[in-house]
Amino acid sequence: MKIHEYQATQLFKEAGLPVVNGRVATEVYEAVLIAEETGYPVVLKSQVLVGGRGKAGGIKVVKDKQELETTFNELKKLVIKGYPVEKILVVKAIDIKKEFYAAITVDGGAGDVVLIASAEGGVEIEETAKTNPDAIKKYYLKGKKELDSTRWPAFISSVFSEEELQNAGTKVFESLISVFFENDCSIAEINPLVIDGNGDILAADAKINFDDNALDRHEGLEAMRDMAYEDADELEAKEKNLSFVKLEGNVGCIVNGAGLAMATMDIIKICGGQPANFLDVGGSSNPEKVLNALKIILRNKDIKAILINIFGGITRCDDIANGILEARKQIDLPVPLVVRLTGTNEKEAKEILAQNDVTTYSTMREAVNKVVELSK
Amino acid sequence: MSIIIDQSTKLLVQGITGRDGSFHAKQMVEYGTQVVAGVTPGKGGQDVHGVSVFNSVAEAKEATEANAAVIYVPARFAKDAILEDIDAGIELIICISEGLPVLDMVEVTKAMEGKNIRLIGPNCPGVISPGKCKVGIMPGHIHKEGPIGVVSRSGTLTYEVVYNLTLNDIGQSSCVGLGGDPIIGTRFIDVLDMFMKDEQTKGIVMVGEIGGEDEQLAAEFIKKNVTKPVVGFIAGRTAPPGKRMGHAGAIISSGDSTAEAKRQILQDAGVEVVDIPDEIPALFKQKLNVGA
Repeated sequence: MKIHEYQATQLFKEAGLPVVNGRVATEVYEAVLIAEETGYPVVLKSQVLVGGRGKAGGIKVVKDKQELETTFNELKKLVIKGYPVEKILVVKAIDIKKEFYAAITVDGGAGDVVLIASAEGGVEIEETAKTNPDAIKKYYLKGKKELDSTRWPAFISSVFSEEELQNAGTKVFESLISVFFENDCSIAEINPLVIDGNGDILAADAKINFDDNALDRHEGLEAMRDMAYEDADELEAKEKNLSFVKLEGNVGCIVNGAGLAMATMDIIKICGGQPANFLDVGGSSNPEKVLNALKIILRNKDIKAILINIFGGITRCDDIANGILEARKQIDLPVPLVVRLTGTNEKEAKEILAQNDVTTYSTMREAVNKVVELSK
Repeated sequence: MSIIIDQSTKLLVQGITGRDGSFHAKQMVEYGTQVVAGVTPGKGGQDVHGVSVFNSVAEAKEATEANAAVIYVPARFAKDAILEDIDAGIELIICISEGLPVLDMVEVTKAMEGKNIRLIGPNCPGVISPGKCKVGIMPGHIHKEGPIGVVSRSGTLTYEVVYNLTLNDIGQSSCVGLGGDPIIGTRFIDVLDMFMKDEQTKGIVMVGEIGGEDEQLAAEFIKKNVTKPVVGFIAGRTAPPGKRMGHAGAIISSGDSTAEAKRQILQDAGVEVVDIPDEIPALFKQKLNVGA
């Protein structure tokens, strides 16, 4: 789950990280009040959960009240990559002497948490990683939640050549570590971490993503979710323990397992059709899941045919078959249904469906060809 | 031969009294796996499908000499279940549970450091050595004993591949589901190495997907070390960039994690990459002269 810069800044601040003075505003009068507290000039930063807001004109520096009012209202009309700007972070403009990059994330391959830092921060960090990988420094926590006094000095001095910055830099990373572990983040990033005119170190931006699998063990994190970025159908699917992503095509898919669901979409395309969605009913099926899945898929009026592709493992085919029958009782299916069932309790499932005049297929190719034909 | 599990595997089932644990314990017993114990804290002394239930892994191990564990407990208890196995000295741990927080797996990785423990998963279908032993949730009847080793990051997609092999009378030595999470205990290269050393295995199927770098590492390993024929399939060619497709690891984060990039890198390493899983059997017929 992603959160906005202003929310991440707040978490950083609570963890003792030095951040730029300011607050978030929804209305122009709030922005004026904040600017009067911090003093002009201020930076207005559009709060959107998509990248490239600077290039889209979402960040502006203003020097007085009049300019703030005009610019604030302009920004509020902006739509960045499809998302309207609702909130604007108002922060004091600072004199930037140097930009660094600082982040903490999980390196899946290493099975460890890693700190990443660079003395060449800023928006070009991904480019730097490609062209000059030596400028990106990594420090692995090796399963610990604190810095190791023997390895740390070499790392921090490789990032900050100026000795007087090394203590402040160490504190920044200690704060990042505490935010990361306390909230089960998947990433916490400061880009740029800046040195201002007074030689002080400050987080001039803040990015945090939380691990979706850990949200339920942290009270309050769910409340930070910006619902404007959630597709209503995708959210409803999640509540019903289905994983759903809407796509452009017209062949609805209900599949068990993420890998098979992706492969089903790929093969529909190879066979000349267009998948309308990714939908994984997950393991541990119960008949209700099929009904819920069909209801969500059928809201898409482009759908011409639906493929149910189940390879039973932990999902039992007879559960799916009963779900199909229940769904037919409860909803009037406006499009043809193609059913492919193989695996755990396949025989029982096929008997149940045969008794109710539902044709089933045993191979994916047969079923995909049939559903693509029906979608034309 | 075969890898990871065989007739000598003595299995204990954690979460045996739950819906999934109980169902699959029965399926494993019916397949012929030596299921020697179940573990559910507070339910010791019960009996599930003729398998004695113990309160702890240590007790179960002491009483039955179990040498492998399979975990079906809810995600929030899964870390402790794995740590309990590590403490009790269980050498093979197969974690079926899905939805573990990634920092739990960081803790598990640390706890396994320096110990001779093989963890498969989490969020995986398990391992089967057809005709010998099945540990996990895969449907046993679609498998057949034979010469092909199957290794995959997906669950149900693995069954798809196996089903097509068996339909064409091509059996499998072992089938290993690695799991789709960012941190997993066993990766492609570990299993490829085991398949290379296994006499029964004559050819290998590798099923990957978008996200992560494991397929790239596998490609390097294959180029250097694998002389048996490898056939590959990569899922997620139609997945929209940046969208989460259910598996935590399956996020397209950089150009190199796309399905097309992975297909290319595997092809460059000499792997034949197919478009549809049912094209796999014909390739082995041609390369190994097996099947019907």
